[in-house]
Amino acid sequence: MARKEIIALILAGGQGSRLGVLTHNIAKPAVLYGGKYRIIDFTLSNCINSNIDTVGVLTQYQPLKLHSHIGIGKPWDLDRMNGGLTILTPYQRFEKGEWYSGTADAVLQNINYVEEISPKYVLILSGDHIYKMNYSEMLEFHKKKNADATISVIDVPYEEASRYGIMNITDSNKIFEFEEKPQKPKSTLASMGIYIFNWSILKEYLMRDHEDPNSEHDFGKNIIPAMLNDGKNLYAYQFTGYWRDVGTIQAFWESNMNLIDRIPEFNMYDPYWKIYTPNPVYPAHFIGETGKVTKSIIAEGCMIYGTVRNSVIFPGVTVQEGAVIQDSIIMSDAFIGHNAEINCSIIGEGSVIGNHVRCGVGEFAENLYNPKVYNTNITVIGSNTVIPNGTTIGRNVVIDNFVIPQDFTTSEIPSGGYLMKGGNGQ
Amino acid sequence: MKRAMGIILTGGKNNRLKELSVERSIAAIPFGGKYRAIDFTLSNMVNSGIVNVGVLTQYSIRSLIDHLGSGKEWDLDRKNEGLRIFPPYLSEFGNGWYKGSADAIYNNMTFLERSDEEFVVIANGYAIYNMDYTPMLEQHVDKDADITIACRALDDLTENDKKTLGIVEIDEDSRIVDFKEKPLNPTGSLGSMGVYIMKRKFLIELMQDSAAKGYTDLVMDIIIRSIDSMRIYAYIFKGYWRPLNSIQLYYRANMDLLDPRVRRELLMDRRKIYTKVKDEAPAKYNEEADVKNSIIADGCIIEGKVENSVLNRGVRVMKGVHIKNSILMQGTTVEEGAQLNYCILDKGVTITAGKTLIGDQEWPLIVGKKITV
Repeated sequence: MARKEIIALILAGGQGSRLGVLTHNIAKPAVLYGGKYRIIDFTLSNCINSNIDTVGVLTQYQPLKLHSHIGIGKPWDLDRMNGGLTILTPYQRFEKGEWYSGTADAVLQNINYVEEISPKYVLILSGDHIYKMNYSEMLEFHKKKNADATISVIDVPYEEASRYGIMNITDSNKIFEFEEKPQKPKSTLASMGIYIFNWSILKEYLMRDHEDPNSEHDFGKNIIPAMLNDGKNLYAYQFTGYWRDVGTIQAFWESNMNLIDRIPEFNMYDPYWKIYTPNPVYPAHFIGETGKVTKSIIAEGCMIYGTVRNSVIFPGVTVQEGAVIQDSIIMSDAFIGHNAEINCSIIGEGSVIGNHVRCGVGEFAENLYNPKVYNTNITVIGSNTVIPNGTTIGRNVVIDNFVIPQDFTTSEIPSGGYLMKGGNGQ
Repeated sequence: MKRAMGIILTGGKNNRLKELSVERSIAAIPFGGKYRAIDFTLSNMVNSGIVNVGVLTQYSIRSLIDHLGSGKEWDLDRKNEGLRIFPPYLSEFGNGWYKGSADAIYNNMTFLERSDEEFVVIANGYAIYNMDYTPMLEQHVDKDADITIACRALDDLTENDKKTLGIVEIDEDSRIVDFKEKPLNPTGSLGSMGVYIMKRKFLIELMQDSAAKGYTDLVMDIIIRSIDSMRIYAYIFKGYWRPLNSIQLYYRANMDLLDPRVRRELLMDRRKIYTKVKDEAPAKYNEEADVKNSIIADGCIIEGKVENSVLNRGVRVMKGVHIKNSILMQGTTVEEGAQLNYCILDKGVTITAGKTLIGDQEWPLIVGKKITV
């Protein structure tokens, strides 16, 4: 294979457990976002828009949907003779097979892939984030600073800084200290999980980290601190655009809702920075005589006969007459029955909401199933689930994927309730 | 149906679509929000299992070639077979421009000779319909016909529409006994859809023979002259079908998509209609949007009122705008307060603030490509 200056490795193996039922069956990078995309589309589009044509995607957790989505990289023009997209899954070796035990370990296990291309630089990315970034500018910065590693950082509000890995830097952007989730942050520059390394140096540190039994094999926790300890040249590249880790239900919902602002902070309509995705084969959408759509995003193949306000509607959704959808995210091919009322909810792919169903009504109550994950006003209904006609569902409720009407023992699930397969609805 | 190969005719020079066909072949005219006319015939072929398709084209071919590319959207980017585009060429024997449909086929005889399918489906690329050619081929074999022509009842077309068609008469066995091309006073209730099936070897011989006689047009010179001598049969198609032969037909076919039955048959069928992907973000509606009974494609940003209209990709509708009964092609912008009724705006048109444009249902007002009004 011809040598490349830089290749990208996208870490896409994470579960994203705080997205609850949305990631029970699919990896977080494969979660639908923004009316037609999956989360990983943004990172993949950034790669091709930054002229990076060799991309390894490291997958592990529930990869089926992710693999079929990415395919051979055609939608991103990454189906190449030389380079292109390669999916890298954990594999068996001579003695035993091993799962990826951390972000650094995932890259270590694919040293052979990188070595074959033998790039000068390696760009480590996460497949979990929503942003548009020109990596070639970051590479220029990396070269200009003669850095061993460059970490992309973003200024976060002080009160949130303790949730991130925080970089403390000099005036010339050189990193002198890295603190993982500090109690008392000294700066507000958070690591975005985007790194450029000189490959020869990274390789050395990965091998050394591999031998350390106490290591968690994580870039943020182990590799970066080790490099800093050795006095390597680490620089912070400051990013100023829109960047979101949509890792919680609230963050996911909010980030989708950002898109419907009059002038959204995150612009998906830029002809010079398109976001690519496998396009579903659907006709343009149709708004019926009784339809009414305001402040929303509607994708192809939808048929809207009801009212849609402040919502994001994915391809192939039908909204029947009399239905009112508000402040909600309706994923691909869902069906919303007559006079249904959907408020502040996320409806999964292919789910059917019966006639006269009321969803997201009443007052907030603590979730009885998993308050760590479900702790907002948002009700989440999984994919391929059927909600029987006339059901009333409160706020902060969770309903599993693949629920059938027979699973319902009651026509009312109050706020904070749940219906999980194998669990009891209430 | 690996038994058949496909040939798509994209039409001669035609000004019936007025400004819309000045710079593009009719087969490349945008239709229904995201399609181009040829998508229907091409998808029909693919959905009928035809994977060896040649497109014969000569007028204003740039937009058509851009659109078709390598054929990957139709799954026709194949190692063997797949999609091929045949524009006219000069050679020692070839004489440049195609003089007609038969001449175009004759000039690409090598394509026919090198293929090995038993049958050929020849179809024009500017009709809107969703059709499986397989039953037609079966009937062709059953009837032991020389040529089978797809025909359709004309009861939902106007007298003016009929004047743009080939009108056929059949006997009780469906054999065609009379064929009148674009008659001034059309009588008869069946129209040719411009879809023909014959054996590949039969077509080769027919073309060689016709070329020797100086015949250039498949319908006028060959089919009409051979009604008695050949076994030419009609296959009756009962679905929705509109040839884009006139502005009126083009306008009505777009508006027909607002009818759920037509939309379902054409676009939501399991035989899908494929088209080139543009990677636009989904359409965005702002607070003031008021859209009724309309088709809206990806990439549109809407802040005004839209009724009974078809908006192609990337249309901007600003505040205070009122659009009724209109077709807006890709990338048009309608600025604040403009009013449109019965208009067709070609690609990239801008209607500046406050303008009012009103056409007629029979004669919609056409604004040509990239014009600023």
